[in-house]
Amino acid sequence: MMTNKKGRFGVHGGQYIPETLMNAVTELEIAYDFYKNDSEFNAELSRLFNEYAGRPSRLYYAERMTRDLGGAKIYLKREDLNHTGAHKINNVLGQALLAKRMGKTRLIAETGAGQHGVATATAAALMGMSCVIFMGEEDTKRQALNVYRMRLLGAEVIPVKTGTSTLKDAVSEAFREWTSRIDDTHYCLGSVMGPHPFPTIVRDFQSVISREIKAQILERENRLPDYIIACVGGGSNAIGSFYHFIDDSCVKLIGCEAAGRGVDTFETAATISTGKLGIFHGMKSYFCQDEYGQIAPVYSISAGLDYPGIGPEHAYLHDTGRAEYVAVTDEEAVNAFEYLSKTEGIIPAIESAHAVSYAMKLAPELSRENIIVITISGRGDKDCAAIARYRGENINE
Amino acid sequence: MQRLRGTEVRISMSNIHCAFENGKAFIPFITCGYPDIETTKAVVREAVKNGADLIELGIPFSDPTAEGVVIQSANYRALQGGITTDKVFDMVRELRNDIHIPMVFMTYANVIFSYGTERFISSCRDIQIDGIIVPDVPFEEKDEFLTECKRYGVDLISMIAPTSEDRIAKIAREAEGFLYIVSSLGVTGTRSEITTDLKAIINLVRKHTSIPCAIGFGISTPEQAKRMAEISDGAIVGSAIIKILAEYGTDSPVHVGEYVKSMKNAVRIVRD
Repeated sequence: MMTNKKGRFGVHGGQYIPETLMNAVTELEIAYDFYKNDSEFNAELSRLFNEYAGRPSRLYYAERMTRDLGGAKIYLKREDLNHTGAHKINNVLGQALLAKRMGKTRLIAETGAGQHGVATATAAALMGMSCVIFMGEEDTKRQALNVYRMRLLGAEVIPVKTGTSTLKDAVSEAFREWTSRIDDTHYCLGSVMGPHPFPTIVRDFQSVISREIKAQILERENRLPDYIIACVGGGSNAIGSFYHFIDDSCVKLIGCEAAGRGVDTFETAATISTGKLGIFHGMKSYFCQDEYGQIAPVYSISAGLDYPGIGPEHAYLHDTGRAEYVAVTDEEAVNAFEYLSKTEGIIPAIESAHAVSYAMKLAPELSRENIIVITISGRGDKDCAAIARYRGENINE
Repeated sequence: MQRLRGTEVRISMSNIHCAFENGKAFIPFITCGYPDIETTKAVVREAVKNGADLIELGIPFSDPTAEGVVIQSANYRALQGGITTDKVFDMVRELRNDIHIPMVFMTYANVIFSYGTERFISSCRDIQIDGIIVPDVPFEEKDEFLTECKRYGVDLISMIAPTSEDRIAKIAREAEGFLYIVSSLGVTGTRSEITTDLKAIINLVRKHTSIPCAIGFGISTPEQAKRMAEISDGAIVGSAIIKILAEYGTDSPVHVGEYVKSMKNAVRIVRD
């Protein structure tokens, strides 16, 4: 009767939010359904992508890394070269433009590592909107530089002290804020998560990554890659990297989750490896939780992957076996962070280093005929102090 | 509202209607296990003795996204104290020896889903829980729990918010037990002023259903409760009670009792 399959990816997704927000997400869905096919909107977004964010991002052949690992040919999709230093700007420019068309004057957002917060603050400055960013207090300490960047861009940064004071608490607080102020405010969710229509909207704006990879690799190699590898927290850069390859069954899709200190410890954020089906933050998906459904306090060295859930479309790609999800520990990610810096002169975000790490294991097992594309979702400058600390060195930022 | 006697004729599957038969209803919300389960039991008994018409029992959740700071903190402390869904069920089973007024659970979708929806809701029937309020399950997702609720005779309570507008009719038409009218935007917590045009919302609800409407969010004083009762069938109070628990800890029961008495006295005399 009233079974509503809207916004579902298999059993995942849905709209599990308070009644107060229902008309807001419905309004967003209607606006998005209209503007996604509006040529003027799309022309404006393309102009922003190209002129402002610096797209298309490069697909770089990592020759030294390829030679060193002695197996598959490795390409890096350089989302780190985008304006603001990460893939987050793709989604934010889309949502900010949409919000503006909807007559909203204020953007709010959650942030983990600070990259989405910086991107949102940037778009708000560009479009003359006011901006409030919610960031776990713990993360404001881990990513002090990004806090300053957001303030510099005119945003107000609110440290969230509830729960574990990390990304999930920042998401909860942003939802609470949206519940109390809807009329002029758009919640610019940063990943492919939350209630419908967010997982679809964010995926569509991030799918520019795989659209470009496909065109670029065909031009360079005249064939599709064998593997696409990306890191997964909520999963926005991964779904963006996978999307236009989902129907190409010859392309293997691999998402790298943050295992923290290991999937057999409690200090992990690897949702697919350790989580179970649940309902949280507006969606049905996999979540790290205890036997009574209490959300687990997750851990990863990477503030951007330190989230107890995963986007519903990833949960579905896992269920169907279309994508594979692997866990990468802090130690492995830090090694990859250092490796790519020394080998290619590219300092990746610690989040992206999780994907680099898995490629380092995989490439030597493959032949020279194989092609791997790793999405470097962001640049690693923000992580230098934390990685130094991890290695026992104290540098003052 | 129709007056019904006993259980032969029901406007819903549960006994919730009984809560609205002693004048306007006063509904206290209590976070289970805050500060501990013995205090929760004593608080429920004091609230009932002092005129509470229905008890809303909160099963704590780690990330209560619809709650303000007061109830968030109570959830956190209760979980730190070791409360679990099973312990809440045991507590209610014991309370049912002497507490006969309707009781409902307020909790988040994942607490029910992870326990096993059928196992959770059949347990509710076994311990005579009359309904469940799940703030992160709106009309569009109520099928998640509705089949089991109907099978076991537990009412799935719907909420209506100041932003519901064109959604009010469909929510009201399918509502069970009572309708929880959210007084204002935002999360739970006490407010000095409630400015939503609640009378207009309730008039609209009345066109589609005859089940009782109780107003919650932001109510703390007897004057506010009285004003809410003037336009609805009752008032729900959470944060103000949790503040008493925060202040008096294990000595709270007598203070909650006094507070419930003052609130019930304020709403009891109100006529439509």
